[in-house]
Amino acid sequence: MATTEEIRAGLAELVNDVAGVAVEDVQLDKSFVDDLDVDSLAMVEILVGCEEKFGVTIPDEESKNLKTVGDAVAYIEAHS
Amino acid sequence: MTEIVITGLGATTPLGGDLASTWAGMLAGRSGVSAITEDWAADLPVRIAGQIAVDPAEVIDRVKARRLDRSTQLALIAAREAWTDAGFEWEAEEGTQVDPHRLSVSVASGIGGLHSLLNNWDAQRDKGYRRVSPFTIPMLMANAPAANVGLAVHAKAGVHAPVSACASSNEAISLAVDQLRLGRADIAVVGGTEATIHPLPLAAFSQMQAVSRRNDDPQGASRPWDRGRDGFVMGEGSAVMVIETLEHALARGAKIYGTIAGSGITADSHDIVQPDPTGEGQSGAMIKAIADAKLSPSDIKHVNAHGTSTPQGDVTEAGSIRVGLGAAAEGCVVTSTKSMTGHLLGGAGALETIATMLALRDRMVPPTINLEDPEPDLGIDIAANVARPLPAGDLAGINNSFGFGGHNVAVVVTNANSNC
Repeated sequence: MATTEEIRAGLAELVNDVAGVAVEDVQLDKSFVDDLDVDSLAMVEILVGCEEKFGVTIPDEESKNLKTVGDAVAYIEAHS
Repeated sequence: MTEIVITGLGATTPLGGDLASTWAGMLAGRSGVSAITEDWAADLPVRIAGQIAVDPAEVIDRVKARRLDRSTQLALIAAREAWTDAGFEWEAEEGTQVDPHRLSVSVASGIGGLHSLLNNWDAQRDKGYRRVSPFTIPMLMANAPAANVGLAVHAKAGVHAPVSACASSNEAISLAVDQLRLGRADIAVVGGTEATIHPLPLAAFSQMQAVSRRNDDPQGASRPWDRGRDGFVMGEGSAVMVIETLEHALARGAKIYGTIAGSGITADSHDIVQPDPTGEGQSGAMIKAIADAKLSPSDIKHVNAHGTSTPQGDVTEAGSIRVGLGAAAEGCVVTSTKSMTGHLLGGAGALETIATMLALRDRMVPPTINLEDPEPDLGIDIAANVARPLPAGDLAGINNSFGFGGHNVAVVVTNANSNC
């Protein structure tokens, strides 16, 4: 089972890959939209990437609740 | 009538990552065709293509590139060169350079975002629908190159992407010229792009018996009018021009290459892929274009032919040039730069209109390479194997582009108004 920090770091790699955000900027308190400038279509790609990386399925209807990096990390921790 | 001048040029092709290297390659008679070394090509009957000289990944930001089909990436590279060549800054703030409501875009692709379509289908078939990129549609749509160029230059007078197979970018140029003449815009970014070097189109063109199988001699494979020709060679790349009304160009002190004096469009209504063997539609496009330019056939000193290196097409076009120019065909130097670049499909018209313009500027027609054993009785004067000088004085030239579906588009350029 991955630690919170390992999940954050893995998510940061995905956000960097998809949206070009520096990995060090992807911190738990950051909002994907407001702080990291990740648009809704990029968010779809990131969440699909999470499925491959962490083996967790994130339903479309859940994705709108994942507003911050911390929200996403917590969801992955709870469901992986 | 409003004169339309060319003020910016750009290209990325199998001969070079910019127009200067492409043009130098053409004048030198260099082939940009090479073997496809990827594993997927191993089983194909065709394993050669005019592959882009500079990978767009070296030029376009990685994150941006993820959302852009290869065809659009190439168009943006060519458009950036043309836009900066015209004296503008790329991706500047809206309204700081030209009035967005007087700026239009007309950039065509013959096939569209083929890689995006097929790669996403691969992902869906192999791993499920969740693996399909949410950007698939805006990447694969045929208007994506035009739309992305429009976003970069802030064009609001209209963004267009006429589709007519291998005549697409000449049609894009023709459309923009009409709109500038009609007063619907003052300046336009025009051109075409294609990126279809992928197993499916290579297999499909092979099944049509349309492409050369001279795999052991890639640089000799595109050989228009040579008796040994056996089909065209697929190429990829993009070419883009900035064109504007003479008034607009003079008002901003623009460098002017020359004038797009006219265009002519016909349709064969004969067959979905074979050209009408009488050449009536092809010569008709040339005759219309010369009339539209208010010129006479004897003014035309150069033709950049469609000249794809297919057994029937080359002979038909030679006849069309003889009919289109009449007795003036004797004083006209014909070439096919596809002998060096391969066939850029939807990018071909724009690249070859630019080549026509530069031939007039430099008074030097690039050669048709590999023309070792010419088809007899063609009745046209081809710049075989070495570049051919053009005379002093006023010059006009025609670029022909023909497409599956029976589309024929001829564009006339001249060295009038040139100040560079």
